[in-house]
Amino acid sequence: MKALHQLGVAELASAIADKNTSATEAAQALLARAKQHEALGAYLAFNEDATLAQARAADARIAAGERGPLLGVPLAHKDIFVTTDFPTTAGSKMLAGYQSPFNATVVQRLTDAGAVTLGKLSCDEFAMGGSNENSAFGAVHNPWDITRVPGGSSGGSAAAVAARLVPAATGTDTGGSIRQPASFTGITGIKPTYGRCSRYGMVAFASSLDQAGPMARSAADCAVLLSAMAGPDIDRDSTSLDHPVEDYSAALLAPREGATATQPLKGLRIGLPTEFFGSGCAPDVLAAVRCALAEYEKLGATLVDVSLPRTELSIPVYYVIAPAEASSNLSRFDGVKFGHRAAQYNDLADMYQKTRSEGFGPEVQRRIMIGTYVLSHGYYDAYYLQAQKIRRLIAQDFQQAFTQCDVIAGPVAPTVAWKIGEKSNDPLANYLADVYTLSTSLAGLPGMSVPAGFGEGGMPVGLQLVGNYLKEGELLHTAHAFQLATDWHTRAPQGF
Amino acid sequence: MFLTPSDIGRIAKLARLALSEPQSARMLDQLNGFFDIVEQMNAVDTTGVEPLAHPTAVIDHVSLRLRPDLASEPNQREANQKSAPAVERGLFLVPKVIE
Repeated sequence: MKALHQLGVAELASAIADKNTSATEAAQALLARAKQHEALGAYLAFNEDATLAQARAADARIAAGERGPLLGVPLAHKDIFVTTDFPTTAGSKMLAGYQSPFNATVVQRLTDAGAVTLGKLSCDEFAMGGSNENSAFGAVHNPWDITRVPGGSSGGSAAAVAARLVPAATGTDTGGSIRQPASFTGITGIKPTYGRCSRYGMVAFASSLDQAGPMARSAADCAVLLSAMAGPDIDRDSTSLDHPVEDYSAALLAPREGATATQPLKGLRIGLPTEFFGSGCAPDVLAAVRCALAEYEKLGATLVDVSLPRTELSIPVYYVIAPAEASSNLSRFDGVKFGHRAAQYNDLADMYQKTRSEGFGPEVQRRIMIGTYVLSHGYYDAYYLQAQKIRRLIAQDFQQAFTQCDVIAGPVAPTVAWKIGEKSNDPLANYLADVYTLSTSLAGLPGMSVPAGFGEGGMPVGLQLVGNYLKEGELLHTAHAFQLATDWHTRAPQGF
Repeated sequence: MFLTPSDIGRIAKLARLALSEPQSARMLDQLNGFFDIVEQMNAVDTTGVEPLAHPTAVIDHVSLRLRPDLASEPNQREANQKSAPAVERGLFLVPKVIE
């Protein structure tokens, strides 16, 4: 048998079910490995007693004859999900040491399915960022090149999965925070349709955009996690979609209508937005993406040109709407009910101001300022309302494109992972790097990143796949067919 | 130039943020850089377009749900106040507001 850390979710679940190992042994091995690679900065918190208690409970369920695709499998959660067994910081000094009285729905569902939580994973502060450098607790290093960023905001999740510290992790995606770090670290991640996973217990950033999803090595493993995470949470999240959940593992394996043995994707129309393949995308990224698309043609898919004419506009639209919602959501951090409170102050207003300025990092303060401004009297119509109107046009552009294709494909990001520090003093450069992921988020559509090769400096490149609403099964099927024919997703960074 | 130094002061006050002078100057530069690209939005004709507040509206064609106004959670005052900066006899403490 391979070493435990080399096994994916499905392999580990089988090994545990077949008694080749146990949940306890797997948890202990991966905790030891996580501590061995602490220099990556991926983990923010452990609670060994709680982890081992969960593992023993899973072993007891297995001993009693229970079987399940996640039973005994070790996972870790982005530190944006609240947990009773671990502190939750959202990567912010504001929440340092915060202990939640409840678990996020996503965490609870995975735990109920028998998954064992190893710890909490670093992220950009309040999930605001695309490099993980905005964490108040230090940068996370990309295991493919430790001088580079892992992407963000789910950078700890991406680095931990890529470095084989954990077979899979949860992430959240507001404007690309699952897809871009997955692309930067050579792993597979899916952001489901907005509302598919409950937002209950996810520290709120932009409520009309935030969505949870799994990050793992393969589409098959993502399907296992998503099947457990997704589903209506009617009483606890008013935006949770009231639609039954597919069995994504079954959808992954079910043959397409018209499929043949050599052409499993026969009949699939893949739309390529011309705006994603212009001069704004680095040649090394485009080369890898084009190779992946050629592979899709071999698998029987047809490539068609489509247009998403408002792709560039998605940057200002997103960076008006998301900060507007953030400025409102983050007003709860006032130093009264939980979190940081300034030590010295004159009166209540002074306490609020000092508390918030000490507790929030620079990027969060910038976004609160943008959001407060665009919502303020005299500017609301010109900025916030206009952004919401263009948001509808962007959603309509996708529906127009989906009349010509089943799935949309392109790059996830214009470049491979950049060097730590390279863009940290230039917030606008960071915003512009989100150009290919924002429109999908604004429309609320499901999107994925699938490992598609390597670019400059031997860094991974992801292929982005976007599906129509609630077509997660079709997306995962499309990614899985590619992963059966290629081995990019099995590559591990050297030394890991 | 979209924002002036006095705008930064006004917005910071609304947002309950205390910015030092160098922080305000940096914020002014960065926000003006950002609003350069926001101006692209003005060129878009959105006459007759309904604002989209929530993508769910596109999928479900229903407005956001409300649930009955019933107490559904057990009383967890102690657990809820565990991470509060200052608590006394089950109450959150704040600086004196009324003299």
